[in-house]
This record gives sequence, structure tokens and C-alpha cells, in this order.
Amino acid sequence: MIRSELIQKIADENPHLYQRDVERIVNTIFEEITDAMSRGDRVELRGFGAFSVKKRDARVGRNPRTGEAVQVEEKHVPFFKTGKLLRDRLNGKA
Amino acid sequence: MSDKTLTRMDLSEAVFREVGLSRNDSAQLVESVLQHMSDALVRGEQVKISSFGTFSIREKAARVGRNPKTGEEVPINPRRVLTFRPSHLMKERVAEGNKR
Repeated sequence: MIRSELIQKIADENPHLYQRDVERIVNTIFEEITDAMSRGDRVELRGFGAFSVKKRDARVGRNPRTGEAVQVEEKHVPFFKTGKLLRDRLNGKA
Repeated sequence: MSDKTLTRMDLSEAVFREVGLSRNDSAQLVESVLQHMSDALVRGEQVKISSFGTFSIREKAARVGRNPKTGEEVPINPRRVLTFRPSHLMKERVAEGNKR
């Protein structure tokens, strides 16, 4: 399923809404999650999962082609942990 | 970093502000989005949200695990797990926003 198919499903269920509003709604949801993480916040959606930010420490990496050592700076990466209900549903338990 | 936790309520508040539906309808729409995504994943489909990221299902084989406390061997059944791969855009925005 891709973004446009998700929008279509929501639009089909809500015939009273304009398609462009459904688009804005779906986009707002994902935008809000990314915004939160870029501020370092967590987004916890019970039953679905939680988005959080993990810190990766600075390290000395290596250029795989030349073998040269390069300093890699500390960085923050997005992380998702599946919620219990969804994990159970994936395995036919709920 | 503000270390806050957002919930469904914050997402529906954002929808409410953006589109001007009632708070109730906004909450319902957030729920529908999560529900459709979950259903697709349970059917084994990949969910690919451009410029956000991709949720995919991986099949894990059965293996013998160990209770770390007792050292006892326990069989771990084959199972399906969900992985999320953030888009480049999300990775960039999260890296930029949390830089100090």
C-alpha cells in the first residue's frame, strides 16, 4: 500500500469530505510525526507502535574502498518499535 | 531536545487545526489511518509512505533461544516482525533537528 492508496481508502469511507481535505489530513498526520522526531520528541501510538529518536555516538569509521580512517560525528536517527497489539495481530494472536 | 511524548491526541489536534473538522471527526480519521495501515501489514503488504518511510514485514525462522536468567533453552517459534525503514528525508530532518 502506498500513500495515495491510503488516501483513497480514507476518502472512500468519508464521502462527505473533499479528496483534497483527505490528502491534507493524511499528510498532516505523517508531517506531525516527522516534526515531533526532528524536535527530539517521541510519538507513542498505543497498539500500533512508537516512533522515537536514537542517538548514535561519534565513532571512527573507515572508507571501505580506501581503508582510510574517517571521523563520523554523533548523529540522531529515527526509530520505530512495533506496538504489542499489532505485533500480536501479525502473528494471528489478536 | 524537548523529550516530550506525543499521542493520538496530539495528531488529531493537528488535523483539527489543519482542516477544521470537529475534534471527534479528527480523532476518528487518525484512528482510520492507523487501522488501514495495520490491516495492510497484517495482510502481509508493505506500507510505503513517500518521504516518510516504509513499513515491511519480515518472516523470522524458528530458533532456539535461551532464558538469560536461568540459561534454560527455550524454542522460539517462527514469527512475523514489522520493520520500519525511514525515508532519506526523514533521516535528514531528524539528524538536522537534533544537531547541537
